[in-house]
Amino acid sequence: MDTVTNWRERLISKTTRPTRVTTYKYWLWLGFLILITGNGAFQYWKQWQDGLYVTDMRDRISWGLYISMFIFFTGVSMAGTVISAMLRAANAQWRASITRVAEFITAFALMIGAGFIIVDMGRPERIFNVYIHGRWQSPIMWDVMAITTYLTASLIYLYAPMIPDLALYRDRLAGKVGAVRSFIYRTLALDWKGSPTQFKLLGKAITIMTLIIIPIAVSVHSVVSWIFGMTLRVGWNTAIFGILFVAGAVFSGLATLIIIMAVLRKTYHWEEYITERQFKYLGYMLASLALFMIYINVSEYLTAGFKFEEGSEFAFRQLFLEEFSGMFSFYIIFGLVVPVAIVLIPKTRTIGGIVVAAVLVNLAMFIERYFLVVTGLRVPLMPYEPASYSPNFVEWSIAASGVAMFCLLLTVTVKIFPMFAVWEMTEEHDAAMALTQAEETLMHEAAIAGPRLSTEVSPDSGRPAEGGAS
Amino acid sequence: MPGPASTTSGADVTKRRHQAKPRARGQAETPVSIRPVSRREALKYITMGAIGAVPLMAPGGVMDGLVADVVRGPDATDQISVTAPATTKSGRIRQWSMIIDLAKCDGCQSQGTPPQCTTACIEGHFAPQPMEWIEVYEADFGGGGTQFIPTPCQQCENPPCVKVCPVGATFSTPEGVVLIDQERCIGCRICMAACPYDRRFFNWGDPPIPPEAALADYQVEQQVPATRGTVMKCDFCPEMVRDGTLPFCVQACPNDAIWYGDLEEDIATNGRTIVKASRLISENNGYRLKEHLGTQPRVHYLPGHGEDVGRDPGVEGRMPTDWPWIERAEGAVSWTR
Ligand code: SF4
Ligand code: SF4
Ligand code: SF4
Repeated sequence: MDTVTNWRERLISKTTRPTRVTTYKYWLWLGFLILITGNGAFQYWKQWQDGLYVTDMRDRISWGLYISMFIFFTGVSMAGTVISAMLRAANAQWRASITRVAEFITAFALMIGAGFIIVDMGRPERIFNVYIHGRWQSPIMWDVMAITTYLTASLIYLYAPMIPDLALYRDRLAGKVGAVRSFIYRTLALDWKGSPTQFKLLGKAITIMTLIIIPIAVSVHSVVSWIFGMTLRVGWNTAIFGILFVAGAVFSGLATLIIIMAVLRKTYHWEEYITERQFKYLGYMLASLALFMIYINVSEYLTAGFKFEEGSEFAFRQLFLEEFSGMFSFYIIFGLVVPVAIVLIPKTRTIGGIVVAAVLVNLAMFIERYFLVVTGLRVPLMPYEPASYSPNFVEWSIAASGVAMFCLLLTVTVKIFPMFAVWEMTEEHDAAMALTQAEETLMHEAAIAGPRLSTEVSPDSGRPAEGGAS
Repeated sequence: MPGPASTTSGADVTKRRHQAKPRARGQAETPVSIRPVSRREALKYITMGAIGAVPLMAPGGVMDGLVADVVRGPDATDQISVTAPATTKSGRIRQWSMIIDLAKCDGCQSQGTPPQCTTACIEGHFAPQPMEWIEVYEADFGGGGTQFIPTPCQQCENPPCVKVCPVGATFSTPEGVVLIDQERCIGCRICMAACPYDRRFFNWGDPPIPPEAALADYQVEQQVPATRGTVMKCDFCPEMVRDGTLPFCVQACPNDAIWYGDLEEDIATNGRTIVKASRLISENNGYRLKEHLGTQPRVHYLPGHGEDVGRDPGVEGRMPTDWPWIERAEGAVSWTR
């Protein structure tokens, strides 16, 4: 019992460390992010004044980087759902230390993603027309509905499991942090006392949310794809888009989670809690998704390329041989094939290797979003010269500020909110300890009975000591 | 003569016309009205917007969308103000249509001018540069050489652009015309992605328009003055036809290649002759663009490459379009397509 308490105390002190200690590096990083965000805000102000004229989009390629960023960020927002909800539903015993980060990613990525839709609008000041005159028949309305629902749900899903931790912060950090944060903890922790009834209610709420949020997330990424899939354009006019987008979303969500976990782990010395084990398991998930993505791509390009309908020649040419062939091959090779290799080869299956794979995946997924949008619009509809498009400085600035704002939100959050689900981790730890004890007993018996039994038990023992060593 | 693959027989046209009847009658009984949203109502929507779960709950405008006809755009209580439709003597709503005779179109090569239909439409609507609501494409012609295809909005009866608009800013009228309300359009441009004919144009910046256009009273059917951040396209000029004249493009064609008519009364005119529309189409192997998509365009084409006016298909190129009043649109930005 004594070791458990110590373990818990160490966890609490490590978790609250960011709220207590702030180095100059943090301020430097914060300043850098604010700079990039500020530049983007300034460019957007220009766009607000002069209209979308300041971008490089024109009639024939009428969507570009903004919409790509929208798809990319809504994709990233899948992280929280997959990790928390799916693993929670599957009751995976290694998820507790990464769920909170994943849920924050979901909420922030969604906010940024939705922001890009507004940035892309010709008349952003008329946004409320969507509520006044909204038509259910439009895929855009499906998006508005799905995203607002998903955002609401994921905020609840983020908040509910955080209540016990907020209460912990309220109690432990009283007097140690400023008035603002104390107020935040006091308010948000509600009246959490940690009584069994409260835990039971919370458990129920989390279970319900887990079951609700998965279909909502799937619907979000499907309707995002249907913005394109509901048109008659070559390259977009395919039923596979929904699956491609959902799989791609999980894919890039996982990759983002891996990257952010690695960064937090290094910065705040959380090696004990975010271990190689988590990275490996996420790496396996990443690899299997990459394989699935390869399958979807083969299936799409084979069926379209075999029939070679009108316009397909142009579409294939630009993708495989001409303007977009560089992006396309990067996506296939470095986004899908290489990550699988990294995860499958034991030598590269290290934390570093998996992080590299995740970075490649995210780059490739961003590129994929971009070329899907642009190549689809570029196929000429009538006898005219194909248009060209490349995002200009304004668009890049605003896109970069989206990324910076995402990082900024996370950076600030780390200083305020508990990034670990302390209570869930404690539960997990207790369970693991109990398991180890049981196992030791078993081992003891096995030692008497003979060597065979012990080899059967150990592979999935899930001992915390394994992670603590790395 | 090698002609385009898909043709529409006269029987087809007649059938479609009959199908249109019951719907047209129903539409006639619905008064076309505006339902202004009161400030309190607007506030209600806005507050609900702020709390997030809006579309699930918002009544009125949003929920009514559920019962509205998919193609028709906004529902009966959410109509945009358009003039009452023109009717035949027996009270049936006219169904505007266009028949473009490609055998008579030489892209105004013989005139030595930019295509006159395009120019007239630009002048009549103050269409901002670089918009060509009726654009004369030059396409390779089977058997060598090229043909010119004047392409207005095809006024699809199953319009992909109307289906996708989130706010019902683009909609079909009872006369079968697809219009855009630039006062409602939010500039999402999904309709541009959806139109398979490249017939929609966006005001990327403050559009270049002459001063006299800026003074006009905005009408959905005329789209003057143009405003930034909204989509525009050919409006088929129903108000001109109701007034007893023909659209600018039809009037301006020196070769009388463009016919305008009413499928309900089965009549069409190019300003010189009046004919039976279905007969003109069927006797000349009329067809529609990208018929296989099922968009059901209201614009029909008669195959050709200008041979009726003596054009040699081997002579390629037409004069580039210009915007005659552009010097008067001071200080405005303009862009290329
Ligand atoms: S750009 Fe305007 S007309 Fe087109 S779909 Fe969006 S709101 Fe409707
Ligand atoms: S041609 Fe394009 S803009 Fe015109 S009705 Fe058809 S889809 Fe809409
Ligand atoms: S019908 Fe009217 S709007 Fe359409 S191209 Fe002709 S003149 Fe222009």
